[in-house]
Amino acid sequence: MSLSVQNLTVVYQTLHGDVRALEKASFSLKDGEIMGLAGESGCGKTTLGNSLILLAPPMRFVDGRVLLDNEELPIWDTDRMDPFRFKKISVIPQYAMNAMNPTRKIGQMTREILQARKIDPGHMMTEIKRRLDLVELPHKVLDMYPIELSGGMKQRMVMVLSTLLNPSLLIADEITSALDVSTQKAVAEMLVEFRRREFVKSMIVITHDMSILYQIADSIMIMYAGQLAEKASTEVIIHDPRHPYTKLLISSLPKVGVKVAEKRLTGIPGTPPMLLDPPIGCRFRDRCPVAFDKCTEVPPFIEVSEGHYVACWKES
Amino acid sequence: MRRYFGRKFLIYGLTFFLAVTVDWLIPRFMPGDPISNILSRSLLNAEGAQQMYDYYERVFGLDLPVWQQYLNFWGSLLHGDLGISAYLFPQPVTRVIWRAVPYDAFLLLPSILLSWWAGNKFGAYAARTKRLDNTILPIGYILTATPYMWLGILLAWIFGIVLGIFPIAGAYSYSMQPHLSWLFIKDVILHWFLPFASLFLVGFGGWAIGMRNMIIYELEADYSHYLEALGAPRSLIRKYAFRNAILPQLTGLALQLGVIVAGALVTEVVFSYPGIGYLLLSAIQNQDYFLIQGCFLFIIIGILIANFAIDIAYVIVDPRTRMGMLGDSS
Amino acid sequence: MIERLRNNEFLFFAFRNKRLRVGLFIVLFFLALTLVGPLLAKYDPSEYAAYGSHPPSAEYWFGTTTFGQDVFSQFVLGLRATFLVGMIGGGLGTLIGVVVGFTAGYNGGIIDEVLNILTNIVLVIPTLAILLIIAAYLNVRGIVAESIFIGCTAWPWAARAIRAQTFSLRTREFVDLSKLSGMKSGKIIFTEIAPNMMSYLVMTFILQFGGAILNAATLDFIGLGPTSTISLGLMMQYSVLWGALQLGQWWWFMPPGIAITAIVGAMYIMNVGLDEVFNPKLREM
Repeated sequence: MSLSVQNLTVVYQTLHGDVRALEKASFSLKDGEIMGLAGESGCGKTTLGNSLILLAPPMRFVDGRVLLDNEELPIWDTDRMDPFRFKKISVIPQYAMNAMNPTRKIGQMTREILQARKIDPGHMMTEIKRRLDLVELPHKVLDMYPIELSGGMKQRMVMVLSTLLNPSLLIADEITSALDVSTQKAVAEMLVEFRRREFVKSMIVITHDMSILYQIADSIMIMYAGQLAEKASTEVIIHDPRHPYTKLLISSLPKVGVKVAEKRLTGIPGTPPMLLDPPIGCRFRDRCPVAFDKCTEVPPFIEVSEGHYVACWKES
Repeated sequence: MRRYFGRKFLIYGLTFFLAVTVDWLIPRFMPGDPISNILSRSLLNAEGAQQMYDYYERVFGLDLPVWQQYLNFWGSLLHGDLGISAYLFPQPVTRVIWRAVPYDAFLLLPSILLSWWAGNKFGAYAARTKRLDNTILPIGYILTATPYMWLGILLAWIFGIVLGIFPIAGAYSYSMQPHLSWLFIKDVILHWFLPFASLFLVGFGGWAIGMRNMIIYELEADYSHYLEALGAPRSLIRKYAFRNAILPQLTGLALQLGVIVAGALVTEVVFSYPGIGYLLLSAIQNQDYFLIQGCFLFIIIGILIANFAIDIAYVIVDPRTRMGMLGDSS
Repeated sequence: MIERLRNNEFLFFAFRNKRLRVGLFIVLFFLALTLVGPLLAKYDPSEYAAYGSHPPSAEYWFGTTTFGQDVFSQFVLGLRATFLVGMIGGGLGTLIGVVVGFTAGYNGGIIDEVLNILTNIVLVIPTLAILLIIAAYLNVRGIVAESIFIGCTAWPWAARAIRAQTFSLRTREFVDLSKLSGMKSGKIIFTEIAPNMMSYLVMTFILQFGGAILNAATLDFIGLGPTSTISLGLMMQYSVLWGALQLGQWWWFMPPGIAITAIVGAMYIMNVGLDEVFNPKLREM
């Protein structure tokens, strides 16, 4: 097992109290697995991603364990996490287009970060250039300032930078959200290529766009209101989901070739609950078409068939 | 970059033109008149006085029509001739001012540069920990809220009178003549120290606070978070934040020059330090047209030059201006 | 009460914010002194109450000047002048600055360019030098005149801040939405943009207020302040002129300086506090 997360619980501290953004998340990733992490806005997927790499205020660690390659990640301790960052676990952040220092040439910034992490930039130069070729960036970007690059180019540069030290786990947070469709495809394919060349072992791809996940993810994990709903291989999630929320989610997606006249798109009535004072038990309870009285107890995230996890009383 | 400097020159040019015009204009509105002043010092009968009056009018060019006086003013200005001082007649204004310039330079340059540098450094320290912040910040606020002259008075009183370490008037002891010797140099420095300290401290407070705010802002930026996510040490993050926060501080320096000049002026008054500020005050009190104009002009030119120097420094420090991509946030 | 306060998030933070409380307390203390002081003052400020100079005593709370005038009486009247200048000068500076900055920021284009150049010119010219020259040649000066001078030369700082804020607000989506829905410019300004600027307006005014007081003190000290009334800067000038330093009459120059430093410092601290209230990122959690 490459990544094992057990009972991870993280809250956001606010004036009005703690927002229970991530509740007892337990799942695991195999070596080389690309897992998509999907759900509505506010479901906790970015919180999950951030808590693995940069758990900083206003986030607060409550409980849980994270094991990466059988080594415990001290995610609650920022200083002790430093040796892991960039080398074993890395992130392509949501704000990738602003992630580079505007007053530093890109090459110089890269050198300085590498030196700060006790790595000789001279040794890495050939590798950096090779990777720039892979993402189709000219070598001279190293001599340019971020302001001279387009949004897509900056994103690709951050992709190269974040994966430079071949981390075991890469968290890609909404990296296609700000791009046009054809660039989205190119970027998604680059991710897969990174894995093929073993720049990265496993990935968690956070997005609300299921179509991307369908293209590149091995498995998909669905979250709702801070709780894990379902995890299974991509095929199973798309074609044979078991959790009521996933079912509604998939059926609300348009399918190519199907006209509205034949089959209307259905949404999911209602809105996700406020996590400041979340409902007890399964948080999907109020919008679930098949909820019953046992649902006031939190359903465990259990394996109902090989590699297929669901958190629903109806399905277990 | 051409656009950047183009705009700057336009502003400086307009400012200079406007300043010179205002400078020439305003003394003309004053009640009372310099020639009468000069004449009142000598005892003349009415006829003699009238002749002298006419003579002086011609000497000072006051008998010409107004527009011609204006053009003449520009003419002499470009020749470096600022007229003759009425108060210190017959010394030319330029010479009077030149005598005062070294004192100002000696006072202003070190205090501006040191307070800016030290203030920025301390402001950056303050952003490191809460405890440092809670100590440095109040000190900064108190210093920057202190009126320049009151700090001068305070320092003069505590260190000059009560403790008796420093003298509190003049640039050097009245008993001495300027000459090159260790004794004289020590004397000059003793006289210089309190006014310098006063200017330094107030400036220091302001810069420290400004820098602290800017650093906090930079530490919240996306690139800082990304560096954190890459496990970069705090020192690197702080270094980048400092480099980026310095830029608005540099712009701020240019903007503060007017304030600093004002501060120097009152400090010179408190310590009777013979700089241009002190000279300007004497000129006003003695209603000396030409000296007033000269001092004012000198101050303006000095500020414009300093502004220009800072603009150049800014271009060197911020690569974005070289790309011409900063637009008009100059 | 806490519940109701929590609903108005700003008020809640405002009350809890230590800096705001401290600053406000200091300012209100001096304001109270201004209002109550003249009632407590026993003498007219220019009255020769004693022979020569005396240190503070039960009779003369702040001692007397070289001429035997009661320092406390001068002090409370000087405070009044200080607050007046702050209000009028600071208010005027804010007003001009807001108008210029907002017009420049909202309209952009050539109007922005022109106003920008104007602002920069006024900024570069050392205003004290101009004030010196102007003020020197008006023989009779009042507090209002001084405040107007100060307001007319201090506005560029406010204009810059307001312009930057307007710029950033103008391009926000909610303004675009309002424009798309056909709202008139005026209405957009008042209902959409102004509420978001309130915090900046308040903070700008506070800074202008403090700055005006400092400027006035400087002018008064040089002798170019109001000719008719006593002011804190004037007290300082007289004390230096009459050798209070050498004679050790600290009670003459200490109170005015402390008062100005305290009031202006309190204003700055309030400003920091307000910044924390209005800008959630700065709040300590």
